[in-house]
Amino acid sequence: MKQKGTDKVKRGLAQMLKGGVIMDVTTPEQAIIAQEAGAVAVMALERVPADIRKEGGVARMAAIEVVQRIMDAVTIPVMAKARIGHFVEAQVLEALGIDFIDESEVLTPADESYHIDKRPFTVPFVCGARNLGEALRRIAEGAAMIRTKGEAGSGNIVEAIRHLRQVNDDIRRLSVLPEEELVSNARDLGAPVEIVREVAKAGRLPVVMFVAGGIATPADAVLCMQLGSEGVFVGSGIFKSANPPKTAKAIVEATHYFDDPKIVLEVSKELGAPMAGLEIGQIPKEQLLAGRGW
Amino acid sequence: MPAAKSAKTTEHAVKPGLRVGVLALQGDVEEHLAALAACKAEGVRVKTVEELETIDGLIIPGGESTTIANLLERFKLQKPLLERAKAGMPVWGTCMGMIVMAEKVAGSKQPTLGLLHIEVKRNAFGRQIESTEEPLEIEGLDGKPFPGVFIRAPWIESAWGGAHILSFLEGKGVMVWQRNLLGTSFHPELTDDLRIHKYFLQMVSAAKQ
Repeated sequence: MKQKGTDKVKRGLAQMLKGGVIMDVTTPEQAIIAQEAGAVAVMALERVPADIRKEGGVARMAAIEVVQRIMDAVTIPVMAKARIGHFVEAQVLEALGIDFIDESEVLTPADESYHIDKRPFTVPFVCGARNLGEALRRIAEGAAMIRTKGEAGSGNIVEAIRHLRQVNDDIRRLSVLPEEELVSNARDLGAPVEIVREVAKAGRLPVVMFVAGGIATPADAVLCMQLGSEGVFVGSGIFKSANPPKTAKAIVEATHYFDDPKIVLEVSKELGAPMAGLEIGQIPKEQLLAGRGW
Repeated sequence: MPAAKSAKTTEHAVKPGLRVGVLALQGDVEEHLAALAACKAEGVRVKTVEELETIDGLIIPGGESTTIANLLERFKLQKPLLERAKAGMPVWGTCMGMIVMAEKVAGSKQPTLGLLHIEVKRNAFGRQIESTEEPLEIEGLDGKPFPGVFIRAPWIESAWGGAHILSFLEGKGVMVWQRNLLGTSFHPELTDDLRIHKYFLQMVSAAKQ
């Protein structure tokens, strides 16, 4: 009666990552730095979002060799990104033995109407969301973990905070509604009523939620944690900083001790320059990533 | 389970007023706290030496950080935790928690607490796609098989001294008991089955007497 790929083991891996930091890496060396700094997982990429943004063009799943070398280099779970709706990239990553797939708006979407049906896969998926409706649609499709979208590669936390607050506000609102209002609210959210009922009753998502998109400093990570995030993704923020090993370790320790400003102070000292940031209003509209996904 | 011979597996064997800590640096802390609450026991988060001093037993949860042991040391928790465990405070590690408690980790120099006389192998069943749900027979546990949830789970390669293997999967040890210490490769906190949490609470009760 051995059962693989159940919701419990897929969502369970995300539960084991709670309170931790997941870091974007592009080489085995970076993956080892991340692991030694105490990352709970790494995201294997060809280019970090800041570079994808700079270079433009179509961003696809990373080259298999890049992902494979990173998988060989570390013992922590390795995640990789597939394009929105590109279920074949996901099949290939699963066949490779990847531990988690991020169906990500950071890559160029392959389908402008539909996301991947994630339920038939054995490998768990994480998906981005800006609000509760989006999060619940992804969960209905089988996502085992949700992250905010933020604005990847911007080094600016403002969008991620907006999305985190929005999801939390939406959940709080649902949790005080009378039963008879849930069906209409499910319609307005664009999400299945069964999951809406579950969220209203539990007062939380049925899966783990992390913040992603724009985290550049230990204080950014702690801001997310104090606002109720269960962990953080740091993309460009580590390896675009002046001192990646130190920044990585500082963000990990600050995230573990997010409720202790003295420790956050201590780890924030002498880190050197964080990654350069972008004002969201200065990014041309067609280059904003958070709007991708349906 | 061996200890159950002295502490009968009945609910009123659990004393009121017990405080059980859950090491809250990283991992599935809330799930353990919820299971403790369902057992009507007081669960508290433990991140500091001061918090460690107030508890009667400790659970080290599942997680992924390969550097939990480093963190324990850096934030000065390692020494007081070892002292309390050696003085008889019950400690239970699930998955990563069991790895942190082990004396040896196969093929790795990763620092551990060295409490359990076992050698563990990390990610022994394979990568995440090999993670499973599978019912387990556990020595001394009455009733139906226990719902084992294995997530990138370790197994026990070998045990010596007072360490006693209580459950096997595919011929490999997945649960270990050693006087005041308990280790499981799997995650009882992800199930509704409270039997192992209750068993640990009895160990905590017995140690407080």
